[in-house]
Amino acid sequence: MTVANTGAIAGDVSVPDELANNVFITNIAKLLDPVYNWSRRNSIWPVTFGLACCAIEMICTASSRFDLARFGMEVFRATPRQADLMIISGTVTKKMVPTIVRLYNQMPEPRYVLSMGACASGGGPFKEGYNVVDGIDKFLPVDVYVPGCPPTPQALINGLIALQEKIDQQSISTAPWYDKKDPTAGLYPVPVLGPDLVDVRQLDIIRQEATRYTPENPVRAAEAEPTEPPDVEDAPKTVEPQ
Amino acid sequence: MSDTTLDPVTTPPPVDTLTPAQEATARLKELHPNIVSDDTREGYEGLIVYADSITEVAKSLRDELGFNYLSSVTGVDYLEEGKLEVVYHLYNIARGGGPVVLKAQVNRDEPVLPSLTPIFPGADFQEREAFDMYGFNFLGHPDLRRILTWDGFNGHPLRKDWKEPFYEEENKPFGSRWPDGQVFRAEEHNPYGKNVQYPPGWVPTGDEYDVETDVYLGLSYSRDSTPGLKTDKVTVNLGPQHPSTHGVFRMVVTLDGETIVDLKPVMGYLHRNHEQIGERNTFNMNMPYTDRLDYLSSMSNNLGYAITIEKLFDMTVPERAEWIRILMVELTRICNHLWALGFLLNDLGALQTPMLYFYLERELILDFFEATSGARMLCNYMRFGGLAYDLPDEVRGVPTLKFLEELIFNRLPSVLDQGDDLITGNEIVRARAIGVGILTPQDAIAMSTAGPLLRASGVPYDIRRAEPYSYYEHLDFDVAVRYNGDIYDRYLIRIDEMRQSLRILEQVLPHLKRTMGAPIIGDKPQYAMRAPRAGESYGRVENPKGELGYYVTTKRRSGNPERYHVRAPSFINLTALGPMSRGYKIADVVAILGSIDIVLGEVDR
Repeated sequence: MTVANTGAIAGDVSVPDELANNVFITNIAKLLDPVYNWSRRNSIWPVTFGLACCAIEMICTASSRFDLARFGMEVFRATPRQADLMIISGTVTKKMVPTIVRLYNQMPEPRYVLSMGACASGGGPFKEGYNVVDGIDKFLPVDVYVPGCPPTPQALINGLIALQEKIDQQSISTAPWYDKKDPTAGLYPVPVLGPDLVDVRQLDIIRQEATRYTPENPVRAAEAEPTEPPDVEDAPKTVEPQ
Repeated sequence: MSDTTLDPVTTPPPVDTLTPAQEATARLKELHPNIVSDDTREGYEGLIVYADSITEVAKSLRDELGFNYLSSVTGVDYLEEGKLEVVYHLYNIARGGGPVVLKAQVNRDEPVLPSLTPIFPGADFQEREAFDMYGFNFLGHPDLRRILTWDGFNGHPLRKDWKEPFYEEENKPFGSRWPDGQVFRAEEHNPYGKNVQYPPGWVPTGDEYDVETDVYLGLSYSRDSTPGLKTDKVTVNLGPQHPSTHGVFRMVVTLDGETIVDLKPVMGYLHRNHEQIGERNTFNMNMPYTDRLDYLSSMSNNLGYAITIEKLFDMTVPERAEWIRILMVELTRICNHLWALGFLLNDLGALQTPMLYFYLERELILDFFEATSGARMLCNYMRFGGLAYDLPDEVRGVPTLKFLEELIFNRLPSVLDQGDDLITGNEIVRARAIGVGILTPQDAIAMSTAGPLLRASGVPYDIRRAEPYSYYEHLDFDVAVRYNGDIYDRYLIRIDEMRQSLRILEQVLPHLKRTMGAPIIGDKPQYAMRAPRAGESYGRVENPKGELGYYVTTKRRSGNPERYHVRAPSFINLTALGPMSRGYKIADVVAILGSIDIVLGEVDR
C-alpha cells in the first residue's frame, strides 16, 4: 500500500478503505490558510477600551452569563500593542477621536475594528451634537458593524462570529500586512483639535472654504450650497419617508 | 405584613408651617434688602440677586441660615432679554426640605460675576461648565478653563445664537421629517461631509493645535521640606484610555516617587451634548436620552426627569404606577451597586472574580427589565404621568410576581450575604481600603458630594427622606450612614443600601399584588405635549450615585424645553477626587476613583 507523503496530491494516493477516516492528505499550500485562520479566529484579543453605554454590554458579554471565553476572546488587553481587535463600544466624540486613531495606529497587524452600536456606526441618537463624530468609519476602516442601542450581548457575539467568518476568508499569501513595501501603510492620520475637529486629509477643502466664506461674508457652512461630500459619494441622496 | 400597610395611599393635608426654604428666603430679604428681590416672572420662584453681591448672599445662607449645600449651578441664556442667568440651588443638610433658589443675571455681552468657589468649593466644576457652555467669567475662580469641550473650541455652544454644524431648525420635530418631508443626510449639507464647521475665514496653519498646555498649569511641583533625598516630581497621565478609569476619564497626576502630590481630573471625552440636544427635542423625546446619562441606572434617570416634567405640567401619577416606579428604581439601585462593588474590587486587585459572582444576579434583574420594557439596560420605561407598560405576565417562563419574590427574598439576599462573607473580612481588601482616601463630613458637604460618597462620610442625607418624592414617605427604611469616610466605608455603605433597598422592595410587593390591573398612566398617553404654563421646574431624585437633578424652563404652550440642565452626581462628586487622593500612593487613586463610582455618560453628558 502507498503511504501518503508530502507533496502528493490526493488523486495520486490510494488509501485503504479501513484507513480512509484516519488519513488526512493535503499539501502545505492548502493547509496553511486554514491553520493560520483557525488559530487567529479563535484567539482574537480585544483591547480593553470602553467608550460609553455599549461598553457595559461588552463587559456583560465577557462575564459569567455570556462568556466570551467560549470564543477565545476573553483576554481583554489594556494595551493596544497586544490586541487584535478594537471594539468601538460607544459614542465617539471629537475630543476622543484623536486618541482612538492613535490607539488604532499602535495596534499590530492583523487588526480589526468592530463598530458596536448606533453611535459608533453613524452617530446614533447623538449624531446632531456638536461634539459627536458621526461614525468612526469617517476615520478608521471598520470590519463589522453591530446595530443596536446598545446591542445585546447576543448581538455582539453575532458580530464577533461575523468577524470570524471574515477572518476565514483571508489568505496568508495575499494578506496586506506582510507587504513591507511602504512602512507607513496602515497608519491612519490622527485628527487634531482646532476650533473644531480637523481631519488633516481635508486641509485643502478647509482652505478652499475659508476663501469662500470670510468674516465679512459669514455664510455658515450649514446654510451653504450643498457640495458633494467626499465620504458618502455612493450613498443615496434622499431616503423616501416611510 | 399587617392589613393597614395595604390601605391605598392617601396624602396628608398640607401643614401650615413655613418650610426651611421659605424661612430662609424671608430672612434673606430682611438681611439684604437692596440686593435680593423676588423673581416675579410667571412660573418662576426664588430670589434674583444683584450679581456682584452673590458671594455675600451665599455667605449668609451658609453661615447664618444653615443652607450649606450648594447643589446645582446652572447657566441659562435669555436671548430675547439680552441676559444670561446663573441659577443656584442651595439646600439645608440638617433640616432637609426644598431649595433656596438664587439667580444672578448679567449682561450677555459681558457676563462677569464673582465665583462662589471660595465659599462653596463644590461650585468648581459647575462654574467651569457654565463658562464652557455660556462664557461666564467667574472672577476669583482658581482654574477657569473649558471642561467639557477643549481649549480652543470655537464659541459657547449652549448660547441660543450658537449653531451646531448639523443645525437644521430651532426645535423638533424638524419640518424635513414630517408629514411628507424629504429626509436627507446631514452630511450632504456640510461641505466637509462630516459633523464639523470652522469660523469663517479660518485657515489652518498647523501651530494652533497644541491644546494641552493649560492642563498642566497650576499643578503643584513644589518640593517638600522634609530632609532626605531630594527628588523630581513626575507628571503621569492616567487615561483617557486606561482600564482603571471606568471609561474615557483622564487624571493628570503629579507624583513624588509613588506619592500623589496633585491630581487634576480631565473630562469631556464622552461629552455628547445631552443638554443642547435636549433643548431641541420635544419633552417626550428626551426620555430615552435620559437613559443614556447614567447608563447603569436608566430607570432612576427616567424617574427624575418624569418627576420634573410632572411638576411643570401639574400631572398626577396613579398609585400602581408609583409602586412600579419604586420597584424599578430600587432594583436599579441594587443593579448599580452590584456593578460598582464588582468594579471597586476589580480596582483593588480582586480581578474579575467578585465581579463575575455579582453579575449573575444582576442579569436576573436585567431580564426582568427586558421582559417589562423591551430593553435590558436603556429601558425608556417611564412616561409623564405614569409608565409605558404594565408588568409582564411572566419573566423567564415564571409568573412575574413569583419571579420577583424569588429574586427579592432569595437570590439577592443570598448574593449579598455571599459577597459579604467573601469580601468584607478579607485581609487584603481591609489593608487596601481602611483609612485610605478619607473625606471628612465638612469637606463632603462643602464639595457638594452626594449619594453614597456623602453618606459614607457620616452625613445622613438622603433625598428619599430629606425631600420625599413618589411614595417614599410611606415606606419604612433607614438612611444608611457610615462615619469613617474611607474606601472601606464606601464599600460597606453600598452593601447597606442594597439591604435597605431589599427592605423597600419587600414592602412594595404586596402593593403590586393589590393594585393588579389598575391604570398605570393618568391621562391618555400623549405624544406631542405642550407646556400648560411658562416657567421653571427643578426635580431631583436620589440616584444610586447621588442627587440627580433636572432643571427645565419653558415657555407657555411650547413643546420644547428652553433650558434643560442635568445636575449630574458623578460629575460633581469628582470635585472631591483631587483632595481625597493627595498624599496617597498612585495605586490607591485607582481604588479611590472606584469607590466614588462614576459613570462617564453622566460626568460628561
